Amino acid sequence: MTDDSTREEMHKDPGVGGAPQDEVAEAVVERVKGAVATDSHGQTVVHIPRESWRDAVRFLKEEQEFTQCSDLTAVDQLLRPDRVVPPGVERERFEVVANFLSHPRNRRIRFICQVPDGGEVASLFELFPGTELPEREVWDLLGVRFAGHPDLVRLLLPDDWEGHPLRKDDAPARVPVQFKEAQAPR
Amino acid sequence: MTLTPRELVMGPEAWPESDETMIINLGPQHPSTHGVLRVVLELEGETVLRAKPVIGYLHTGMEKTGEQLTYVQGSTNVTRMDYAAPLFNELVYSLAVERLLDIEIPPRATWIRMLMCELNRVASHLLFLATNGMDLGAISMMLYGWRERELVLAFFEKVTGLRMNHNYIRPGGVAADLPPGWQEAVEEICEVVPKGVAEYDEILTENPIWLERTVGIGIITTEEALALGATGPILRSTGMPWDLRKAQPYLAYDQVDFDVIYTENGDTFDRYRIRLNEIAESLKIARQCLERMPDGDYRIQDRKVTPPPRARIDESMEALIHHFKIFTEGFKVPAGETYVAVENPRGELGCYLVSDGSGRPYRMHIRGASFYNLQTLSTMVQNGLVADGIAIISSIDPIMGDVDR
Repeated sequence: MTDDSTREEMHKDPGVGGAPQDEVAEAVVERVKGAVATDSHGQTVVHIPRESWRDAVRFLKEEQEFTQCSDLTAVDQLLRPDRVVPPGVERERFEVVANFLSHPRNRRIRFICQVPDGGEVASLFELFPGTELPEREVWDLLGVRFAGHPDLVRLLLPDDWEGHPLRKDDAPARVPVQFKEAQAPR
Repeated sequence: MTLTPRELVMGPEAWPESDETMIINLGPQHPSTHGVLRVVLELEGETVLRAKPVIGYLHTGMEKTGEQLTYVQGSTNVTRMDYAAPLFNELVYSLAVERLLDIEIPPRATWIRMLMCELNRVASHLLFLATNGMDLGAISMMLYGWRERELVLAFFEKVTGLRMNHNYIRPGGVAADLPPGWQEAVEEICEVVPKGVAEYDEILTENPIWLERTVGIGIITTEEALALGATGPILRSTGMPWDLRKAQPYLAYDQVDFDVIYTENGDTFDRYRIRLNEIAESLKIARQCLERMPDGDYRIQDRKVTPPPRARIDESMEALIHHFKIFTEGFKVPAGETYVAVENPRGELGCYLVSDGSGRPYRMHIRGASFYNLQTLSTMVQNGLVADGIAIISSIDPIMGDVDR
């Protein structure tokens, strides 16, 4: 899928720039130990250490007037072990990505958290109950666990499904199609 | 009274005064659940104690599919998510790709996108009015809504070749220029649809039965809506004038004149009223697009992104190479990640796109407005009647293609 030349291009990632001029990012970096702020195509991104994920979001909600968690998802970075991350961030297999929106201040911020395979991250359910379905979706499709989620069961796939299809090592058509009436192959 | 997060999403822990409750399924095969939504209801008589939406019946793995397709093919995939507002899906995906590519599209492409999206908003709201009427027993409303929507869909067919799932807005611009005579068609829509809206106003807004069924039903507060991630008409019905077109303008929305419709009560009637009035605002924007449509190119003339015109392929070797490259491996997008949000008829539609520098997205995630809005269902139906539950599901206006993806 990715040949060598594009792998080399990945090192010159224009998306990861220097530290942004953003007072929210500065406040988060000051408050949360190990947080690293960066700029991605004009958007503020803060990498949050896994152990302070919930505290960082609580700080955002309670002291920075962020009113909504717009989006929560995750990325399986299995095929990009050498991707560009800001200095001070430890690369892991999964990245949990959450976008927050402040209505009174009309600004957005994105938090990214590195989660190893089989690891878990604190649920944001108690802070933003709207993350209930998205966290279940991430568990369902990528297999990242959220500690403290009230009902972390499969959302989109059947309960007896094996595997997590959005993982990069979960190939499409892994499950052969079998129609009910059709005879099984010899 | 403030509900805890758990009570918001799952209802109260226990019901001390009820000795026997019944759990029933509503859907997934029920005409009033808008597709294949299944709601597990816990009832005490006819009162809903708890409701839990169960989704996934329309899950087709579109985010995974998006990783297999090139950036050129990608918009055919995303357009099938929110099938009542397909142009917005293409728009948000294209904006995300363009931001990663760091290209600027020509003004005419921007205005065509805006015109098409606003007409799509009209079509989507007409669909809502039609189905909302049908769900509450106003069958004639369904036919009226369909009648006006047909006009918009016919225009879409003229422009894009398809009534739905257009694949019209693509990274780099739009697929084709507006056809000759588009002004008259838009003119006609701007004239006929408001007449229809006036009719609906008469049929529904002044109808005592309609008011009885909708006013004060399914109330949600601003705090609850924000906490649950609800956007769009649901959030605006609670007295919060939040519209991304105004708050964080994209395309050319900062250059057109329109109002954000919002109401104070947060009930089913308000959500209906907002959508009814938004039709007029969208037509206002469409009319301004009609008057101020700039001349020029409808797509970016960057041969790395846009395929060359068919005629050039016979003459130029380079054009042939570009054509071949774009349609086999697609164009490459520099590595990076971005989140783009637009206001679709149901609320904030977002696209989180990660590129690894190849011709296919590494990860393409769509934040469906319906997906988040659906979470408000449990809060809104608590302590209501089953029949009101139908009205509330309808007023959320979920599109299951967008919920399940």
